[in-house]
Amino acid sequence: MIGKSVIRKEAWDKVTGRAKYTHDYFEVGMLHAKLVTSPYAHARIREIHTEKAGSVPGVRAIVTGEGLPLTGEDLRDRPPIAFDKVRYHGEVVAVVVADTLVQAEKAANLIHVAYEPLPSVGSPREALQEGAPLIHENLANYQKGKYSYPEPGTNIAHRTKIRKGNMEKGWAESDVVIEASFAFAPSDHAALEIRCATAEIRQDGTIVIIASSQAPFMIKRLIGEYFGEDVGKVIVHTPLVGGAYGGKAPVQLELLAYLASKAVGGRKVSVWNTREQDMITSPVHIGMEATVKIGCTADGYIKAAEILFLFDGGAYSDKAIDVTRAAAVDCTGPYHIENVWCDSLCVYTNHPYASPFRSFGHCEQAFAIERTIDLLAEKLNIDKLELRMKNAIRPGHTTPTQVVLNRSNVGNLPACIARLRELIQWDEWQRIEINSRTVRAKGVSCGWKTSTIDTDASSGAILTFNPDGSVNLISGVVEIGTGTKTVLAQILSEKLKMDIDDIHVKMDIDTQTTPEHWKTVSSRGTFMAGRAVLSAADDAIRQLKAIAACVLRASAEDLEVGYGKVFLRDDPSIYVPIKDIVYGYKYPNGNAIGGQLIGRGHYILRHLTPLDKETGAGKPGPEWTVCAHAVEIEFDKRDYTYQIIKAASVIDIGKVLNRRAALGQVMGAMSMGLSFASRETFLFDRYERILNAQLRTYRPIRFGEHPEYMVEFIETPQIDAPYGARGVGEHGLIGMPAALANALSVAAEVPLNELPLFPELIWRTKEGKQYGSI
Amino acid sequence: MIKCEILLTVNEESHSIIARQADTLLFVLRNQLGLTGAKPGCLNGDCGACTVLVDKTPIKSCMMLAIEAAEKPITTIEGLCDTPIQRAFIEQFAFQCGYCTPGFLINAYALTKQHPDADDETIQEWLESNICRCTSYQEIEQAVKSVLAKKHEND
Ligand code: FES
Ligand code: FES
Repeated sequence: MIGKSVIRKEAWDKVTGRAKYTHDYFEVGMLHAKLVTSPYAHARIREIHTEKAGSVPGVRAIVTGEGLPLTGEDLRDRPPIAFDKVRYHGEVVAVVVADTLVQAEKAANLIHVAYEPLPSVGSPREALQEGAPLIHENLANYQKGKYSYPEPGTNIAHRTKIRKGNMEKGWAESDVVIEASFAFAPSDHAALEIRCATAEIRQDGTIVIIASSQAPFMIKRLIGEYFGEDVGKVIVHTPLVGGAYGGKAPVQLELLAYLASKAVGGRKVSVWNTREQDMITSPVHIGMEATVKIGCTADGYIKAAEILFLFDGGAYSDKAIDVTRAAAVDCTGPYHIENVWCDSLCVYTNHPYASPFRSFGHCEQAFAIERTIDLLAEKLNIDKLELRMKNAIRPGHTTPTQVVLNRSNVGNLPACIARLRELIQWDEWQRIEINSRTVRAKGVSCGWKTSTIDTDASSGAILTFNPDGSVNLISGVVEIGTGTKTVLAQILSEKLKMDIDDIHVKMDIDTQTTPEHWKTVSSRGTFMAGRAVLSAADDAIRQLKAIAACVLRASAEDLEVGYGKVFLRDDPSIYVPIKDIVYGYKYPNGNAIGGQLIGRGHYILRHLTPLDKETGAGKPGPEWTVCAHAVEIEFDKRDYTYQIIKAASVIDIGKVLNRRAALGQVMGAMSMGLSFASRETFLFDRYERILNAQLRTYRPIRFGEHPEYMVEFIETPQIDAPYGARGVGEHGLIGMPAALANALSVAAEVPLNELPLFPELIWRTKEGKQYGSI
Repeated sequence: MIKCEILLTVNEESHSIIARQADTLLFVLRNQLGLTGAKPGCLNGDCGACTVLVDKTPIKSCMMLAIEAAEKPITTIEGLCDTPIQRAFIEQFAFQCGYCTPGFLINAYALTKQHPDADDETIQEWLESNICRCTSYQEIEQAVKSVLAKKHEND
């Protein structure tokens, strides 16, 4: 069962239109909310006139921001509805609730808000300048988590410091030093399913939320914490989710739905973004500016790295603090560097606020690091893969946060690089002129990632049995498209030696009955939930054997479970069918023993520690998956356009559990990375208003623009993971932006250190022009 | 607000519904007929998640008023039953979250019917109207091509 390309459990539902997502649960009598959003990026709210809107027939309530508690996961800096001032274009200033969406929209258009525009901040560097407008004047007074370090009086929401080794020594040992700066603006996840949530507050105070979310259990906790509700009275349902990529990890619309329902006496209210709002009002993909300085010996051994990441956290810190911390944790890329200095800042700007984006800070930082490695190789005149191989992280080395690596907790990067070299025929050519106009070039990169998650993150699983002996698998992992629940079924099928068709997976989450899985993020679903499932299976097996031992009059130690039976190990012809014991065993005379059999299991991450404030030392995650990537492009020297011909990834996956599903995860992530790197960005005007919040002007890769994908796996097991499998959902993305930029830099013969790589950017960089367009 | 009676024929069943003249076909299919297979992704004609067949032609149902579709045969994803393209999407792992899938399937279904000989260019012309954010499109391409190839085998 392990390694097989089992089709996903919900496959037929998804190809017949039966699969239901949050917004498919339409109910007669449900009210509809419309968000009124700010047309300014930074402005004081003078007045909100709601009278006209309130008289529109069907309008039941208009909710504004006054008197609401501040929210935020690491730092409470965000009013759920703007109060006093707005800090980004698209921020919610009022919520209108009406019988129909049409009425709500009509009323929303009649709400008049008087603003007094304030100077806006358009990038982290701008935000850090002396005299820059302060976005949060009150930063000193916000309630904050133990490990968030805002710097009041500045626009810095958080700073993660990495101090490892001795920088002076590192520079002294370096013969060559290279320094470069990088930048890209925020962009979007653009999941096809627009974010939405409904809320209902029943007479007895029970709060029922349905949400398109990666973190239903977090919604439950946060509604409890923010609004002082009994957490046991909050029930969150999450059906299938139509793409998330990190964008559905934050909790936003759920709070609005709750507030809206409260305003109408608890009636059920649906909050649904428009696509335009989904792109800018809800959290976005983080932007970044960075400066990287690397020192290296003449023969290519890296001795020192000084890294500054300035992340554009946007108007509120929410999940961005975590993202910037994760970028710092792996700041060097997968290389052994003894002397490291890194500051990773979460900076406030007047941009939409950021949430995790698939790879959680890693494709962003890898862009800066891997571009610098290429520049270094050029300066040293060393083969680019060779330089990476020389410095590749290996067991025995330490990470930037000083975790000692071993054969289990880090994959085999040299093997990935070696395989990639063959796969893309690197040694044959790296740049060729096809004709006077067309050039082909290859670019490479490497990546690694651990999951910077709560040190006490846990996952639970429950198994129940049906009268025919088949099993129901209940886990808190949300099916966001990654197929994790199918993989869990495979793990269980292997463990119970049971047909995969006899394992029924509960797809929906209901926080009241589904055991908790911390959050469906960070490529940790298979590992944590997989371990929980294995422990639940052990528990079930123990119970099955105990009853069977009575029935078969044999010691439990002599029994085995499998193929729908509990049998004697040395004589399988003596057995009892599972179906006869999972609801208790009835003897021929009517007496019964046992009872309904329920398998319970859980897993909690072990030995994780928070990072030290001054040095960053600490253990942020259980293992590092490593990967190597390449992109081949064809570049037109005359008009600066290009085509992506091939993209390759070699990832140390530990163990392949479901081949096609794993390939799909990796290729999908690669596609997203290439799309981001080549064409995705928000375009801001000089007042930091977004000009392209539409899928027509913000244009992800479409069918036919895709290159040929090549993916291979290396298998170095992570010893404590289910069957050795490592997290892999994000790794296809990590090196794509860097590999593309490296290829294009070679083709155009100019360093390209910004994203996205629009032909215009290449032209501008090459021609040294600051403004203007083609 | 003027409402009118509209006669819709969806998946070979006729329905008489009362709707605003401004209601889109997508809205009516989902909220009045409970056919939630067609998905809202942008309501602006950009993503293709809402694609249905009207008179055998793929149409973005967010861009068509329900009254415009009156008395024309409409096929939604719920009307496709065990077709080769659905099977191919499953076999080729051509979806993950599944949100774009109904739109892609309807579009690809019509493509394979109308252009059994489709070349790469035609396939791209048809399918570039839909966005998939999860897969790499390579899987979708394989699925579509496998159906086209099978058609030829049968000839
Ligand atoms: S919802 Fe119709 S095209 Fe996007
Ligand atoms: S499968 Fe998720 S958008 Fe296509």
